[in-house]
Amino acid sequence: MAEFEPVLLRRIGKPNSAALETYRADGGYRALEKALNSMQPVDVVNTVKNSGLRGRGGAGFPTGLKWTFLPKDHPGPIYLCVNADESEPCTFNNRVLMEQDPHQVLEGIILSSYAIRARTAYLYIRYEYGPATRAMQKAIDEAYASNLLGQNILGKDFHLDVFIHRGAGAYICGEETGLIESLEGKRAWPRIKPPFPAVEGAFRKPTIVNNIETMACVTHILDRGLEWFRSLGVPPDPNNPRDAGSFGPKLYNLSGHVNRPGTYEAPMGITVRELIDKYGGGVWQGRKAKGAIPGGISMGVITEAEFDMPLDFNGPGKVGCLGLGTGAVTVFDETTSIVDVLANICRFFAHESCGQCTPCREGTGWMDKIADRIKHGQGRREDLDILAEVGNRIGIMPGTTICGLADGAGWPVKLAVKKFRAEFEAFIRDGKKSTVKSLALVH
Amino acid sequence: MSVLSEQLKEKIKSYLPRYPSKQAVTLPALHLVQDELRCVPLEAIREIADLLDLSPAEVHDTMSFYGFFRDEKHPLGKTRLWVCRSLACMLRGGEEVLGEICHKLQVTPGGTSADGKITVEFAECIGACEGAPCVLLNDAARMNVTLDKVDDLLNELRQ
Ligand SMILES: Cc1cc2nc3c(=O)[nH]c(=O)nc-3n(C[C@H](O)[C@H](O)[C@H](O)COP(=O)(O)O)c2cc1C
Ligand code: SF4
Ligand code: FES
Repeated sequence: MAEFEPVLLRRIGKPNSAALETYRADGGYRALEKALNSMQPVDVVNTVKNSGLRGRGGAGFPTGLKWTFLPKDHPGPIYLCVNADESEPCTFNNRVLMEQDPHQVLEGIILSSYAIRARTAYLYIRYEYGPATRAMQKAIDEAYASNLLGQNILGKDFHLDVFIHRGAGAYICGEETGLIESLEGKRAWPRIKPPFPAVEGAFRKPTIVNNIETMACVTHILDRGLEWFRSLGVPPDPNNPRDAGSFGPKLYNLSGHVNRPGTYEAPMGITVRELIDKYGGGVWQGRKAKGAIPGGISMGVITEAEFDMPLDFNGPGKVGCLGLGTGAVTVFDETTSIVDVLANICRFFAHESCGQCTPCREGTGWMDKIADRIKHGQGRREDLDILAEVGNRIGIMPGTTICGLADGAGWPVKLAVKKFRAEFEAFIRDGKKSTVKSLALVH
Repeated sequence: MSVLSEQLKEKIKSYLPRYPSKQAVTLPALHLVQDELRCVPLEAIREIADLLDLSPAEVHDTMSFYGFFRDEKHPLGKTRLWVCRSLACMLRGGEEVLGEICHKLQVTPGGTSADGKITVEFAECIGACEGAPCVLLNDAARMNVTLDKVDDLLNELRQ
């Protein structure tokens, strides 16, 4: 196969890559002109639908299909909410896109708004992304000044306003209905679904929530055509009638114990091992890997022996993980204790549970306490079974919670206990203690 | 006396046309107030509520959900220094960096140094994991803040 040329990242690192003029010089807003001149909104929806694009925010839902769930002939308003909360640990590609190529994202937002007939788009950016927020605001200002936003865009009967809404440091604002509640000025408590946002979302109006990377993909699908998009990645598994395939390029986030952490673009389906060795320069300090987090910590844990798993929408499921998630791979080397990895993950979810559902609030709290006591050398033999049981019982899938945070909290715990059981048992049996000097040990 | 200046009130009101409901301006208003006053005093909550046709309890309910906003007893120092403790940073020494910073400033997370310059907090992943261990200075990330760089960073922030 010919060497893959990055598309989503092709302008990253170029001088002045965030400016409108350089974006235009590289062919930017060509797709928007084409769409406004020669396509009806429904044509844009169909193009995206037929491209096979699936959401990049974690759930992998087919984007065009989601757009068709909007009520037909709705008098409006219809809203687009662009999800730039990006709080899944070890995920940072949305930040790179917004900071360095905001117009690529904005063009996708304008195209998507045209497709779904939205006249207002809200861009929900986590507070921690100050530079990205300012880069996006600058791009929005430039677009207004160039008739790419506002009234009668490019002389057509199409009007759009884009507003940035800053978050305030809560992971749960990334969940689409938590995001909507937060946008409305309330606590970010996810809503019970149905109704889904496409039917009743922001301000009780039909709303589409899409991720930043999804928006960038829309730009290129309209520019290069859906055949181009479908020529990359992995086609549907013929033996699985429910598989929609994993088409297109993907931004992978690589972090942890590798030589060159970073955001890398590759066609869907490269393996964890390729990502680490080819892009990340291998495991650091000449060591071997013990395992990795395959797609953000919510997706589970894999062992080094599972590194040949492809990073497409199906691959992670084959080794028991929840899914591709955000395509964020975090490697830990052979000297790392799995107890530290587990305790870190449990602490995150206990801190970020919104507290609305008892199984999630209490379950994440107990998993955190148990993992912490194992870490401090006070684990008990039965702890591993308790952890696995709690991990199995909290979430939308077992039907005990309102949102998927709880599934994501349970999954890495039960997989870690299952896949690294011998190491946990030895740690508890020998009364070992963590060597990570966390704050509690310092003071 | 009003704690929000006329100018700040005008800024808050300028957000109203963006949304179909006044309540949606709650987060922007809280941000504007905290940016200027380094906390959100009780009286400001009342005044925001007035501007947005809400009850103070509604504003407070939202505000208290986000651990981000501070009441008048716990104002932020000049720089809010968030130290990431999530997985990618922990694997590269983030927890030690947090411990070292707290030790050097003689505070626990949430506290402010005696000179009022630095408020230290732990953060969950700030989305800059390629530069782990990393910290956030107010709203901008600083990458690769390893143990040996802590002194320089604190000196810089004390200026
Ligand atoms: C706890 C939780 C956190 C989430 N965080 C994010 C996030 O930060 N960014 C994001 O795009 N999607 C996030 N999602 C997924 C969103 O709910 C939603 O599926 C997504 O934004 C849809 O966009 P897409 O179809 O373009 O992927 C999260 C989901 C859950 C359950
Ligand atoms: S599952 Fe957890 S995070 Fe989601 S709504 Fe329930 S308590 Fe909140
Ligand atoms: S884990 Fe620290 S920035 Fe992501």
